[in-house]
Amino acid sequence: MTEDPEDMSRLIGAVARVQDVAAFETLFRHFGPRVKAYMMRHTRNLQTAEELMQETMMLVWNKATLFDPEKGNASTWIFTIARNTFISAYRKQNRPEFDPNDPAFVPDDVEPADVEFQNRQEAEMVRTALQDLPAEQRELVQRSFFGDVSHSDLAAEYGLPLGTVKSRIRMAIDKLRKSLGERR
Amino acid sequence: MSPRHHIRDELLAAYATGDLAEGWSLAVATHLALCPGCRGRLAKFEAAAGDMLEKIEPSEQSVDASWQDIRQRLSGQISSDRKPSGSVPSLKADKPRHDYVLPAPLRNYVGADADQLKWKSLGRGAYQVLVPTGDEETSVRLLRIPAGKPVPEHGHGGRELTLVLSGSFSDVTGRFSRGDLEDADETLEHKPVAGDEEDCICLAVTDAPLRFKSRLLRLVQPMLGI
Repeated sequence: MTEDPEDMSRLIGAVARVQDVAAFETLFRHFGPRVKAYMMRHTRNLQTAEELMQETMMLVWNKATLFDPEKGNASTWIFTIARNTFISAYRKQNRPEFDPNDPAFVPDDVEPADVEFQNRQEAEMVRTALQDLPAEQRELVQRSFFGDVSHSDLAAEYGLPLGTVKSRIRMAIDKLRKSLGERR
Repeated sequence: MSPRHHIRDELLAAYATGDLAEGWSLAVATHLALCPGCRGRLAKFEAAAGDMLEKIEPSEQSVDASWQDIRQRLSGQISSDRKPSGSVPSLKADKPRHDYVLPAPLRNYVGADADQLKWKSLGRGAYQVLVPTGDEETSVRLLRIPAGKPVPEHGHGGRELTLVLSGSFSDVTGRFSRGDLEDADETLEHKPVAGDEEDCICLAVTDAPLRFKSRLLRLVQPMLGI
């Protein structure tokens, strides 16, 4: 199965243009289990996680025309849909978001195309930065990133002292932050 | 002018991953509407989260059964004329610029701009409007402090996010004007004073009632709902 982000973007494009079911199946088989694992971490209930995953993937199907490959890759877009589904369907809250069409919205002072280019480059930097972390740090960061496992649970699971887990995560975050370029 | 006081990494990351309650998120999202720089940072956090999703260990169950379910749901939709759902094409872009004090999403929460709200007096010329949200962890309000006047000195029972929308205020940590976000915790005991130029309107989100130093104010606090 392909994991090339650009291929994934093309598949969403095919769903958007011609309701391509085969393309959607490939997307589903790749992202469905990942979204389910994400939902599982948040809800700790298999049934609920399955429902929220299906809800998310139906939105991917229905909103495919709104996906803009210039703005980010498929996994980022699908993540935001999963996140919003979790918030609205499970936590029953609104997610306040800015509205670029609002008259009071302050637009970017650079050309949107430049911003998009920059965003893509930076997304690539994030990926590289994650890739460059030592395997153990990367795993800890990934496990703790979505706020699903407490640091003490991780410590117990890996048989490490709590302080070690905390400092490894902190080190990893510091490295990531550096490569993201902190802003004052 | 771009804001000078921004969203901290930790807060922005929590907003990006969906781990931030609605009240806090409202302050973050309203700052984002006014701050292109923080929107750029948000995009990076979301890209990181997308990357995490890509690398998550998928659940072992076979996806075949799930796919059969979805396939069934799709067949009901295919070729029926499908309208792209999702973000409502809101206000037209060519609409004449209007200098709203309250940007979306905040304006949608209170239903009107600042000058059309029913402000309730807090005494001493200060006013507030409570902002309803669906979470039970925060309390959210708009405050209007008269020009040049102090907000009564207070510490915090927890975190307090203050986003300036009009005018300015200053405290020990600096000066805050439109778009600036102050992120205070229980360690900060401050005495914000509104700038002389005009009344200061700000959005205040707290996770616990403010602790006023004055005993009298503490007594009336529950009645005022602050």
